[in-house]
Amino acid sequence: MTVNEPARAPVGVSQAASLSAYRRVVAVRLRDLALLPALVALIVVGTFISPVFLSPANITTILTSSAALALLVLAESLIVITGKFDLSLESTFGFAPAIGAMLVLPAANYGFGIQLPTAVGLLVIVLIGAIIGFVIGFMVVGLRLNAFIVTLAMLIIVRGMLVGATSGRTLFDLPDAFYALMTVTLVGLPLSVWLAALAFFIAGIVLRYHRLGRALYAIGGNAEAARAAGIRVERVTWGVYVLAGVLASIGGLVTTGYVGAISANQGNGMIFTVFAAAVIGGISLDGGKGTMFGALTGVLLLGVVQNVLTLAQVPSFWIQAIYGAIILGSLMVARVTGGEAQE
Amino acid sequence: MAEVEDPSGRTLVRPLDAAPIVEAIGVSKRYGPTVALDNVRIRVDPDQSHALVGRNGAGKSTLVGILTGLRSPDAGEIRFSGAPAPPIADRAAWRSLVACVYQHSTIIPNLTVAENLFINRQPTERGLISWPALRRQARALLDRWNVSVSENARAGDLRIEARQLVEIARALSYGARFIILDEPTAQLDGEEIKGLFARMRELQAAGVTFLFISHHLQEVYEVCQAVTVLRDARHIISAPVADLPKGRLIEAMTGEQVHLPTADTGGRTLAADAPVALDVHNLSGEDFTDVSFTVRRGEILGISGATSSGRIGVAEAVAGLGGFTAGTIRIDQKLLPPDDVPAALALGVGCVPKSRHKQGLVLSQSVGDNTTMTINRKLGPLGFIAPRRKNELTRQTIVSLGVVTEGPDQLVSRLSGGNQQKVVMGRALASAPSVLVLMDPTAGVDVKSKEALLGVVERMRQEGKAILVVSGELEDLRACDRVLIMRHGAIVAEHKAGWTDNALVASIEGI
Repeated sequence: MTVNEPARAPVGVSQAASLSAYRRVVAVRLRDLALLPALVALIVVGTFISPVFLSPANITTILTSSAALALLVLAESLIVITGKFDLSLESTFGFAPAIGAMLVLPAANYGFGIQLPTAVGLLVIVLIGAIIGFVIGFMVVGLRLNAFIVTLAMLIIVRGMLVGATSGRTLFDLPDAFYALMTVTLVGLPLSVWLAALAFFIAGIVLRYHRLGRALYAIGGNAEAARAAGIRVERVTWGVYVLAGVLASIGGLVTTGYVGAISANQGNGMIFTVFAAAVIGGISLDGGKGTMFGALTGVLLLGVVQNVLTLAQVPSFWIQAIYGAIILGSLMVARVTGGEAQE
Repeated sequence: MAEVEDPSGRTLVRPLDAAPIVEAIGVSKRYGPTVALDNVRIRVDPDQSHALVGRNGAGKSTLVGILTGLRSPDAGEIRFSGAPAPPIADRAAWRSLVACVYQHSTIIPNLTVAENLFINRQPTERGLISWPALRRQARALLDRWNVSVSENARAGDLRIEARQLVEIARALSYGARFIILDEPTAQLDGEEIKGLFARMRELQAAGVTFLFISHHLQEVYEVCQAVTVLRDARHIISAPVADLPKGRLIEAMTGEQVHLPTADTGGRTLAADAPVALDVHNLSGEDFTDVSFTVRRGEILGISGATSSGRIGVAEAVAGLGGFTAGTIRIDQKLLPPDDVPAALALGVGCVPKSRHKQGLVLSQSVGDNTTMTINRKLGPLGFIAPRRKNELTRQTIVSLGVVTEGPDQLVSRLSGGNQQKVVMGRALASAPSVLVLMDPTAGVDVKSKEALLGVVERMRQEGKAILVVSGELEDLRACDRVLIMRHGAIVAEHKAGWTDNALVASIEGI
């Protein structure tokens, strides 16, 4: 080992590093902020379209209506960062609250007629989310089946079980506790918004500063290297599926509070919006890349778009096409301003 | 079928004054502020093998990119047989002049050999692909260049050297007679390398010119007639290999006189009472049987053998990366369960895995994340990672291993191969292991990094670690107190320090 090189290195490291580290920090932030230009543009358009757009009431509306999507996007982002897939979250999103409700409701209201205590019903909702995640984890991690196909099948099965259990009917007159996430407010915002914000905050901290969070990036980036570094790849991946199931079931409960009922269609088709929000938020479908902040801006962007389209009184038959076009447009803007390829 | 050459034979018309088959004159290339090539020249004469050597980052890859028409030079000129190079956009013209066989195969593994050979130019009949014709032409092509591979085999099932030959045959079928081999021997073992060199000589006799890139200088002398050295993006020297002895070649590459650490293994005495740190007893697994050895603290034990000898299987078992079916492994007297990396780490085993890209690094993460991956749970309370502590540890690694990087936040994918390997070594050392398992620790790194890495190994020995070096490279094994040789999954010989190259190689090859 030559003596001069390592001796020289520290000086070079500290000087070059501080400068380029600064530049890199800026670059990282920039990538996180890639959606902001699109978001600002939309807000300008929104203000132009309707004077109420920037009113506190409307902003509350945007946040409230985005809370459920936010929880689903969080769940999907964790899975995608780990390098996997889950399409079935949207079915869990409908199925879990419906079964929880049916355990509580009397038969006259299309329940199972066993009328368990409300608290048990709420607990079962979360439990069902965990069980579905566990089953998917078993197939993807334990049996090593392809995550795309497994979760596509689960999407259909779980949705089918929901339709079967409810005979396609909508569940009304739930106990008040089922609506609590929406009806209870704190500083003017419903509990669901605080819950989603808290979930994103915790996830952001864990992903950045906890070994489990770093393990997700390592597994998504190179599972073999993660294994060689002592990370229990299977266990962590499996756990992420369970956590995602739980988040999806809670998201479903949020929507139940928002709508005031559970239809057999709750969450149907939502997974596309979820992926759109995650990807325009900078979560790479290749795994190993993306931040919670980015994902959150993706959610907010889509929330603002929905809101602006409604305020602009776009004919409802055209909303879908315009919504899709705006998602594509934001992707392009993010690509141009972020400078990094969106995979 | 216009691109495929006339089957009647050599179509290359060469001027009588034997102009160089390829010549680069005053080529420069910049990437932003980085100068990748600065007024570089190279001249490759027909029917010879020309070596291109230089440390990682010297500009070899950029030059190869320019010679194959993938990048255009900022300044300077490329000439083929005296004529100016075709425009960059004319891929077909470039393909008929030059081809590069990269370290990473460009064969599509799920297609047959035949289809790979004629991909995107399959013979057609009334607009549809004619499979019989495709197979016939593939067979003819393989026979012509004496490649004994079935045209119907799945390309992914081929051995590496066979895959390289298929790639060479494909390049020749486009009419190219100048072929660049980018570290073709990196993944081959002794026997396979010999086979490759034999084929290179045959092809050379048949009119093919090679530009040969390798980190193994011995190979340059074995198979090449001329050599060009690049250093820091500049041309240093071009000469017939006969005029450039190894010492001067290394000097040209590094800019200073370097001698690889020939650790004084002969004079070293191991304290007789040094405790045994690693005890492998009657170990059997998928590709090895009944392997036993011990390594004491402050001792370096080498295990060598062909790629398929089972040495990697043994090393991975010790590191917890692979399983074993019988026998025991004890680390400091404690039993190691099979196939359990966290357990191995907890018992004090550090490991540099065989492939740094596959198992060693997460390329999308930073130097800091990679370095501290093995000790994440020790960086703060409840598994939280204190950034300050992570950066502190990473900086220590950067300094003690001499990693050339902008800092802990730089992505490892931006580092050169040698520095990436140092990060892998840093990751192995981060957990302060008592037993260190190193698999091919200097594979694919330049001379200077190799020297640094082997220096680290020696330092770790002096600190009293038990070190297991599992490698096919003699340079890696020089510092070992003993070298065990494996063949067909069993230990067949033991060489004490002071072995000669010939004796060791003969033992590895089973001569």
